[in-house]
Amino acid sequence: MKSFDWKNIKLNPKIPRQIISLAIIFAIAIAAFVIGRMLFVPRSFGKYGHYRGNALDEIASQKINYAGYQVCTNCHSNIYNSLTKSNHKGVSCETCHGPAAKHTGSPGEYKPIVPREREHCQLCHAFNPSRPTGFPQIIAETHNPGKACMACHEPHNPLVPQVISECSACHRTIANQKRVSHHASLSCEQCHKVTEKHLTNPKLEKAGKPVERAFCGQCHAKDADSLKEIRRIDLSTHGGRYLCWECHYPHYPEAKR
Amino acid sequence: MKKNSFQLYRRDFLKSCYKALSFAGIFYLSFQPEKLLFSRENSQYDPTKHWYGMGIDIHKCIGCGRCADACKKENDVPREPIYFRTWIERYVVPIEGETYVDSPNGGIDGFPEFKGDIDILKTYFVPKICNQCAKPPCVQVCPVGATFLSQDGVVLVDEKWCIGCRYCIQACPYGARYLHPVKKVADKCTFCYHRIVKGLLPACVEVCPTQARIFGEVGLQSSPLRRFVRFNDIIVTKQYLNTEPKVYYAGADMEVR
Repeated sequence: MKSFDWKNIKLNPKIPRQIISLAIIFAIAIAAFVIGRMLFVPRSFGKYGHYRGNALDEIASQKINYAGYQVCTNCHSNIYNSLTKSNHKGVSCETCHGPAAKHTGSPGEYKPIVPREREHCQLCHAFNPSRPTGFPQIIAETHNPGKACMACHEPHNPLVPQVISECSACHRTIANQKRVSHHASLSCEQCHKVTEKHLTNPKLEKAGKPVERAFCGQCHAKDADSLKEIRRIDLSTHGGRYLCWECHYPHYPEAKR
Repeated sequence: MKKNSFQLYRRDFLKSCYKALSFAGIFYLSFQPEKLLFSRENSQYDPTKHWYGMGIDIHKCIGCGRCADACKKENDVPREPIYFRTWIERYVVPIEGETYVDSPNGGIDGFPEFKGDIDILKTYFVPKICNQCAKPPCVQVCPVGATFLSQDGVVLVDEKWCIGCRYCIQACPYGARYLHPVKKVADKCTFCYHRIVKGLLPACVEVCPTQARIFGEVGLQSSPLRRFVRFNDIIVTKQYLNTEPKVYYAGADMEVR
């Protein structure tokens, strides 16, 4: 086959030569742009959106350090079973034992940490007023100082050695406030009905609260038989339909004002 | 037969066609190899079927800092106390005046006793994390398309493509991003993308001992997150910015921002 004969091409006389050369320059520039773009823009860019699609696979291929409690239960089902029936039922294995993916990968070679020091338990159980009320907390300085937590509490079934007698074990912020208030001399049970069940399973049964105004009236009503220093109020005109504790905070009743 | 310059034989025509086709094929494959080799469509995980979010229950957070610690261990976040993908803030709301917020080392080492001569109305912990906004301002400002909202609703950073210009760090209204001191690229929470695509929970959710964090599908009818949103009063932080966060807070008051 004879090759293409450039001399035989008849240019359209209506298109000037300058335009043709310009068109060639433009064509080269556009081709350079297209080729340059192909070289510099990653191939997966724009596959799912204005980003590099392959980045998703790269991020998803990151190494896993926390195996997840399901893997632990494959071998340690006995511990897991006792844990799920205990007060630590929501606590994942790796919350205390640290990242364990290496251990689950080759159990003989890597052992997860076993924290035995008091400071570890205190991360959750040291008293801190910002923690929600009802969460069991101790003051480490006075709570059997120097003794390991595990000497009395089994972390996989953390029962309290004896039934809690101090409400402040879980409600210390309230206890601390009450202690400096005008109600300091009152015991918790004077106003709250605390059942045995609340002591052993506090989430299922809450402590009872006074349900009528007359209860506070035993001390604060005008005709109450109480110390004369106690503030009195006319229950028939004061407070309307509200129970007393719906306005006043009994654990810290306007102590400073 | 005499050959004319513009005359083609059928054989020659077919030859040229084959050549052109094979060249086109090689050209196409050389620029699209991942379509054959690493097709995401072949893997079981389908990102278009997911839309992730997180619920955080402030009433349950005890401020133990295990989430922030686990996040650093899972994702190799630098241990220095200024780099966090998730952290815990302590809010101390006084009876009068400004709310005091602090986060010593993100809460990993616990919170020291609050020192301040104010009458405290209430105090609580707030875990903070990237809000994984549905309209993320950080993605909008990225000049190179290195950060993006994935199809499953997670804002991710392509660390190979990021130029470290810090625009996104400035744009995030929640302070959820930082510049990685070694990689010199923007870094942020990925909802542990490498874990969730394999069906695991994010590390912070896995280790939370009180289930203050709930992870799940926003759109799914039967999801722990749906139940969480149904039975709690939910806010999102800085709603007025219209970033449409997908981290839902229960029990947060107006001080939380």
